[in-house]
Formats: sequence, structure tokens, C-alpha cells
Amino acid sequence: MSGAFRVAEGGRVDRARPVRFSFDGRAYTGLAGDTLASALIANGVHLVGRSFKYHRPRGFLAAGSEEPNALVRVGAGTARATPNLRATQVEVYEGLVAESQNRSPSLAFDLGAINDLAAPFLSAGFYYKTFMWPSWGWKRIYEPLIRRAAGLGRAPEAPDPDCYAQRYVHCDVLVVGAGPAGLSAALAAAEAGARVIICDEQAELGGSLLDETPGSAHAAWLARTLVALAQAGVRMLPRTTAFGMFAQNFVALAERVTEHLAAPDPRQPRERLWQVRARQVVLAAGAIERPLIFPGNDRPGVMLAGAARTYLRRYGVRPGARALVVTSSDEGYRSAIDLAQGGVDVAAIADLRAQPAAALADAARAAGLTVLPGSEIEGTSGRLRVRGARVRRATGGSAEIACDLVLMAGGRTPSVHLFSQSARKLSFDEATGAFVPDDAGGAIHPAGACRGVMEIDAVLRDGAQAGALAAQRAHLPTSAEVLRTVAATAEVTAVPARKPHARGRAFVDFQNDVTTKDIALAVREGFVSVEHVKRYTTVGMATDQGKTSNINALGLMAEARDTAIPQVGHTTFRMPYTPVSFGTLAGAARGNLFDPVRQTPIHAWAEAQGAVFEDVSLWKRARYFPERSETMHQAVARECLGVRAGVGVFDASTLGKIEVVGPDAAVFLERMYVNPFRKLGVGRTRYGVLLREDGFILDDGVIGRIAADRFHVTTTTGGAPRVLAMMEDYLQTEFSDLRVWLTSTTEEWAVIAVQGPKAREVIAPLVEGIDISPAALPHMSVREGRICGVKGRLFRVSFTGELGFELNVPADDAQMVWDAVWARGQDAGMVAYGTETMHVLRAEKGFIIVGQETDGTVTPDDVGLGWAVGAAKPDFVGKRSLARAAMKDPARKQLVGLLTQAPARVLEEGAQIVADASAGRRSLGHVTSAYFSACLGHSVALAMVSGGRARMGESLLVPMPGGDVTVRVVAPVFYDPAGERVNG
Amino acid sequence: MLLIPCPYCGPRPELEFAYGGEGGIARPADPAALDDDAWGAFLYHRSNPRGMHVERWRHVHGCGRFFNARRDTVTDLFACSWKVGEAAP
Repeated sequence: MSGAFRVAEGGRVDRARPVRFSFDGRAYTGLAGDTLASALIANGVHLVGRSFKYHRPRGFLAAGSEEPNALVRVGAGTARATPNLRATQVEVYEGLVAESQNRSPSLAFDLGAINDLAAPFLSAGFYYKTFMWPSWGWKRIYEPLIRRAAGLGRAPEAPDPDCYAQRYVHCDVLVVGAGPAGLSAALAAAEAGARVIICDEQAELGGSLLDETPGSAHAAWLARTLVALAQAGVRMLPRTTAFGMFAQNFVALAERVTEHLAAPDPRQPRERLWQVRARQVVLAAGAIERPLIFPGNDRPGVMLAGAARTYLRRYGVRPGARALVVTSSDEGYRSAIDLAQGGVDVAAIADLRAQPAAALADAARAAGLTVLPGSEIEGTSGRLRVRGARVRRATGGSAEIACDLVLMAGGRTPSVHLFSQSARKLSFDEATGAFVPDDAGGAIHPAGACRGVMEIDAVLRDGAQAGALAAQRAHLPTSAEVLRTVAATAEVTAVPARKPHARGRAFVDFQNDVTTKDIALAVREGFVSVEHVKRYTTVGMATDQGKTSNINALGLMAEARDTAIPQVGHTTFRMPYTPVSFGTLAGAARGNLFDPVRQTPIHAWAEAQGAVFEDVSLWKRARYFPERSETMHQAVARECLGVRAGVGVFDASTLGKIEVVGPDAAVFLERMYVNPFRKLGVGRTRYGVLLREDGFILDDGVIGRIAADRFHVTTTTGGAPRVLAMMEDYLQTEFSDLRVWLTSTTEEWAVIAVQGPKAREVIAPLVEGIDISPAALPHMSVREGRICGVKGRLFRVSFTGELGFELNVPADDAQMVWDAVWARGQDAGMVAYGTETMHVLRAEKGFIIVGQETDGTVTPDDVGLGWAVGAAKPDFVGKRSLARAAMKDPARKQLVGLLTQAPARVLEEGAQIVADASAGRRSLGHVTSAYFSACLGHSVALAMVSGGRARMGESLLVPMPGGDVTVRVVAPVFYDPAGERVNG
Repeated sequence: MLLIPCPYCGPRPELEFAYGGEGGIARPADPAALDDDAWGAFLYHRSNPRGMHVERWRHVHGCGRFFNARRDTVTDLFACSWKVGEAAP
């Protein structure tokens, strides 16, 4: 029914619920409770993947998340199919569709296997040595080839239709791992009154206890404990991987909510990210069995012994008919005996150690098994499945043993990933032959196998003590503490990996196809640091992060360097423990919710007018307003001419605004800005320049004095938050003697700029209580009054060089005022203009834009704003830096204008500027702004040029792909140099 | 994500804060009296220790206030925090 290799009874699968699924287009039947791996093994399928580099046939190595070989794409369609899932973690459901990866055309016949024949040329680092010549080869040949070969699975093509949830939670004790140690820790912590969360990456809580025979004492303990935890209100999260551990016990968990369901509730998220802040963390992550290193150790059918035991006892599946057990640890014997009892014919136990523990060897012999101490595996045979292994005896001579299963038991490696991520130290434990957590203090408590405690009853005791201690530290940190008495010694002994004597490739990292020869080569070529060997050979760098390869690689490095593993050290453990989908990390923050979108009160009107928008920081700003089929250049030319000849209206609401209020407001601004402010009269405005303490321009804007103790400060659109933050910083920490209060009013005020010779006649009927005649309201003035009946602030300012007003009105009334201005403006031929026209008009006048002319290395004098600096002031932010000699160097880049020899030629912003056509020419500066000026009939450009002000009239060159462009250096004011039009 | 002890609001997640650089570096009362080296040291020289670091934080999405804290740069654990103007504990 559910596969020829299913045993008659046993296991935790539901024999009453068969489920149909497909793998590579073939239909199979499994049972509810199967993983894709166990269901395939039940059907006799072991060939499930091709390796990354050599395209070697691969089968299941493991039964859990450490699986390096069996990576599959699960799901149908272009949007939901997920690549690179471990078949050992995928739960089967009715209708599941899975596909193998990295093969073409099929698993059994893969053209990429040609790489395996070319293996002698594909050693570690071959890509650093091979793709050197010819010089054009990289771009045209090698990179396209490598790009095709790189990567494992195929990413889904269509946008992800599912939703993902994120939750933040706090708890007293978070227990990671729900095996015997984790469960007993959770129980002890809950009994002590702690709020407990326990998570486990598997579908069921229980860990290794799930492999126990039903009815056994440990199986009964598991059932009892799960009930007790539920009654105690412990939050239990199966299918939830703790993938990252951060500072202060901040742990990230990824929960797979619906992945295992045939027909998930569409209201459910697909996955959920838990961000847990735990007072105390118990790490009970268990241990991972180590493969052994011998030639041909990667054929399908070569598997970890513990995994085979899990398939048999948890899923009721025989992983093969006849097994050879190869072991360098005591644990191999237990697995062999269990498998033999479960109906697997065990051909022999080949122990790589000369002297196995007598008691275990006797037990194995008593069970009728053959024990071969001091063995060495010389190789395996078989193409798509192992057919036999060649065993060399200690007594001499070697024999081929026929088998369809080779089981490896190399001891267990404590799973210290999360502990290590928390920036804690590991120490090498000779007994386990692995690194274990070094300190058990603080708020992180390793327990059970992940700290080297392997024997089940000791593990249960250790977990209970860890849980009780964690609960106590969370609640009663001052009381006498629970003692932890379980010693972190393993009852399993293992020898470190050695290079095999026999010829043939022995794989260390299965997922990245790293062999013992690669590691030896790296050491021979002079790579000593473990981090360098890792990068050169790519050992441990695949998606499995070296779960099964890491400690073996260290053993081989130690051997090659003739030293010991502790001297080799270990590489850094990084999150995530297993891969996490982008959807889980992104949560709701995608599409329109990725970033906030800021819109002005005039946005809808601009949209209705057909405006084209651009992003300016988070704002959407109207860039231009095309009429009919106008291009941007046509629209901008029309808008520019309209403003200069008549009047234009512009939405400047995005300008940052800060209300600076208090008896010391003027003193504060005087200390912050380069300009003097104390003598600025009420009703007057000033163009302010703000520096950083290093003397470079940070921001600029018009500042108006509304009252003796009240200023209306404007900033650039993008600079508003950093200007306010800087002001707060100085006010709170340096000038805390000043009585000043700062309020962001950016969204309080909408700003309607009316610019052009006819600006006054347009707004005159809309303004009440303000005399806007030239004498009463000269350029650079501000008045409060009513505009269209609402309270507003009227600025007479100009960023165009024309007569101009900026109507500041409450945002809620902005559309009404805008409509009135627009209606009034029709008689005057008013144009609506966008940011592009604003840029052109200001460039014609040589007005800088912070961030365009300036780049964080520009002083006021560099951009011709030396006049704004209040040199008589004793101090302001940045003043001392301006006194440095380098800031006065005449060779500094200075703002100039450039005129192209060909008037229609518009330079490219960012283009470099040179003096002549000589070969060794060096850049004198760069173009910062360049536009075609419809008003002037030629192009204009602003540039920062070394010693620019002394170069007036000089010819310079702008090198471009089509040849040098000749330009003439001129003053940066192209239009109305006398500045008379603002006084209109 | 760090858990940062705001002396005004209590422990809050790092998302609510903005880092303010090394603490305890007062702006000179009369910058003009400093030579270039001394001014350069004020502007750019920071201790960058491995271990305990006095630093400024601002609870920008909370009370908005700057404060001082002592943090271990190895473990990322905060030892203490105190208000502007208070003596370091």
C-alpha cells in the first residue's frame, strides 16, 4: 500500500490514512505522518538528488534538518513552489508535488555528471586558477557558464500570493528544542511558575523520544509530559525553528503554519516569524550524528546510522534490505542492534577502532551480529545505489560485502549553533570529539546533548535542572540557586576524522562536494586559518552550514597540519540555522507597505492633472505636468517659460518645517546656523545655512521671524528629520541652558508657491489683513494673516529669481486655497509646474540644492555662500572647522557655471571635468547640475571645479564616451545676474 | 535587537532608539581657543573599545530624550543608563 519497504507495524505514521503524492512526475503513496523522505524510502526511492559540483547521484544522508543531499522543490505552479527544501523536513500531504533539482534531463541520467569525470581539474579554488585567460574570456565565456551552473534550486517566478505574519512575545523561559532535555526543562520551569515557550523544528514535539517504542517507559514519559505542559499553559510551537539568537536573549523563530496542509485555510498566514524576548533561554538543540570519511561515502544508500534507526522506528520504514554498519563510536552498535531487531539484515559492524568497548561488542554478537574491529572501508560500489562495500580487516586482506545500505556512526556533534551565535565561547571536549558550550552561566542554559550529555536519563535530569535554574533566575535571581549536577561528559566516544588510506574520493561536505583532497590541497597551498580553508574549499558554506561536515573538516585540517582540533579552532556560526524564506522575514512589509508613502494635500489634484511623480525621500512629488502628448522636455520648457513670462504655481509642501520657539530662540539659531539671527527683525526672513561641526554644509532653508520668540524654519525636503534631530541633540546636550522648544510642523503647513511677474496680482484678492505692496512686503519678508479666509503665513521668497510668494496654509485647507489660486491664475495664464521646472529655474539663477551641488565635503565659501557666514559671531556649529587651513585652500572645488560650445548640448550630471586632452590628465571637478534652458535658448550647467572662481573664461573639457565636450567657465548665475526681477 | 534601558521610560526595543555615538565628549566652550590638533581630536578621535563603552542614545520614537548608557561592545549587554547631567553610576 504505502510502499514495499514499510514494516508491518510500528512507527508514528497513521496507517489508516494513505496520502498520494508525486516526485519527479511519478505517483507514490505514503502515510499521514510521513516526511517526503520516509515516504520515498518506503517506496524504495533513494536516488533523490544530484550533487552541486560533480552532479553525483545522491540519496538521503539524514532524517532531519541536517540533510545535505535531498533538496527538493515542493509545490506546483510558478508562485508557490519552494526550492531547496530538505525532503527530510517536508511533511507529505494529499496531492503534494515534489521535484528533484540540479539535474538535466533526469536524476538517473544527468548530463552535468560530465563534471564528475573532469573532477581532477575542478579541485578546491579551481575557479581562481582557471578562468584567467584570455582577458576577455571572463565576461564572454566563463561568467555566463558559471552563472548557469551556480545555485541549486530555481526560485519561484511569480510574486508570492501568500501572507506572512510576525509576532513579538515576551516570556520568562524560552526552551529551544523539544527532545528529552527540552521537554523536561520546560516542565521544570513551568512547575516553578515561569511563563514558558517551547519550540521545535519537527512536526511533533519529542525529538529523539519519538524514536522510542510505543509503550516503553520513555514513550510513556513523553505522552505524560506533553499533557502536563499543556495543562501548565506552556506555549508549544511545533514546526518552529529557532534560527537566530541575538543579544539579550532575543531569539527569532520561524513557524511553518500551513506548509504541511493539503488545503490550508486562506486566512492563515503561510509562515510566522516569532521575535521572542526571553528572560532566560534553555538551549536543548540536541546533537547531530557525524558521517565517516571513506571513498565512495556519498552513494545513495550510504546513510547515518541514527537516521536509519529513525526511519525504522518513527516512520515504520526499512531503509534497506541488507546493511553494513560502519562505526567509530559506541552508538553504531545500538543502532545496528535496533535495526536488526526491526528486520534489517545487518551484514556486519565494521568498527574503525581497533578496540571496541567489550560490552557492546558482546551485546552485538549476542544479537547474532558480526563485529569487525580495526576495519577500514576502502570503497563502495554501485552507480545509482550502493551495491557493496570493500572492507579491509585489521588482520589483513579485504573483502567485498554486498549490501544496499551502508550506515555511518561517527559519534554525535553537539548542536551549538545558537549558543555560539550569542557570542559565547566554545571549548573542545575530547570525549565527544566536538566543541561544546564553554559556560553555563548567565541567562542561557545549554542542556542535554547540545552540551555533550548523551545518556537519556542523564539528559532528562540535566534538562530538569536547567529548566528549574532558568525559572529561578527569571523570577528570584537573589535566592540560592538550583545546582546543576549532571556532568557534561559523553558516554559515546568517537575518534576524529582521519584521511582514508585508500584511493578514491571521500566526501566531507556533501552539499558543496568538498573532498578530503580539497582540504589537503588547501593546507598544502598555505591556507592555515580555519576561516581561510573554509572559504577556499567552500567546506561548510552550503545551505546546510556544515551541520554534518564541520567537525570532520576540522579533524582533517588538524591531521594535515599535524596538530589537534582545538589548535585549528572553529569557524563562526551564523544565523539562520536552516534557511528562512524571504516572505517570513518581510512579513507585511512589502509592496505598498514596504516603505511609508508621503503625499502632499495637493497630491490628488496633481494626479488628476496627469502629473508625472518622482520619489523624493519618502515623498511623492509632481515632477512635471505634461499636456496632451508632451515629452518631459517639452512640458518643462513650457512650464519654465510660463513662470518667467507670467506666473506659475508649485506645490512646495514637502519642505521641512520646524517651529523654533522660546525666549532664547534667536540665540539658539545663531549658534546653530552660520548666519546672524539676533538682529533679524520680526517679519523678516533670512536664507540660513546649517553646517555640521566639521564645517561642511548639512542643510539650508529660509528662516522667518514670526515674533521675537518665534521662528519658522524651513529645511530641504529630505533633510527635515536630520535637521530636527541635530537641533534636539545640541539643545538637549550642549546648549541645555537655552529655553527653546522645537516642533516639527512639516505636515502642519501646506506650501503653495506662486512665482512669476504676475504673482502679486494673482494672490492679491485672496489675502486679507496683509499689505502685499512691494514697499510693505519687500523680498525676504513674512506676514501672518488670512489667506482665502484661513489663518496662514505669507512668505515673500523666491527660488526662481522671479517675484514670488509662498502661501503657508493649514494642510486641511490646502486644496481649497490651491483651487482658489488656480482659478484666479487662469486669467494670468498660470502654469502648474513640478520639481523638474523648479530645478531648471533655480539652476538658471545659480541657486544650489543641498545634496546636488554639495556632497558632504563642501563649505559655504565653496558654493559662493561665504557672504552668509556671520564671521563676527564668536561661535556657531562648524565655525572652528572653517578656520582650518585646508578649508581656505584656493585649489578647493568651487561652484562655477559651464556653457557648452554647442549650445544645444546638455552635459551629463556627474561627468568629470579636465583641463586638456593630454594622456595623464586629472579630474578638476565634476558637473553637478545640467539642463537645457528654454528661457535662454542654450544649455546651462553648474559644476564644482578646483579653483573655479579663478578660471572664469577658461576653456575646459568634459570627457564623454563620444569624445571630449568643450565648455567655458562662467559665473554660476545665467539669468538676470543683477537680481532685479525678484523686486518686481 | 537590543533591549535598551531608557532612564525615563524603562527598557524598550532598539527600534525605538537612535544611536548617538560615544558619550562624555563635551563640545569645547570656546572652540576658537583650540589648535587644529585639539579640535581634530574633538571631532574625530573616539575610543572604540573592546568592552565597556559609554555612549549616547536618543529615545527618538519614545520620549525623544537623549541619555547616556554603558554597554559592553563584546556582549552587547547594557550595564546601566543615566540622564543627561547626572553623574555616571
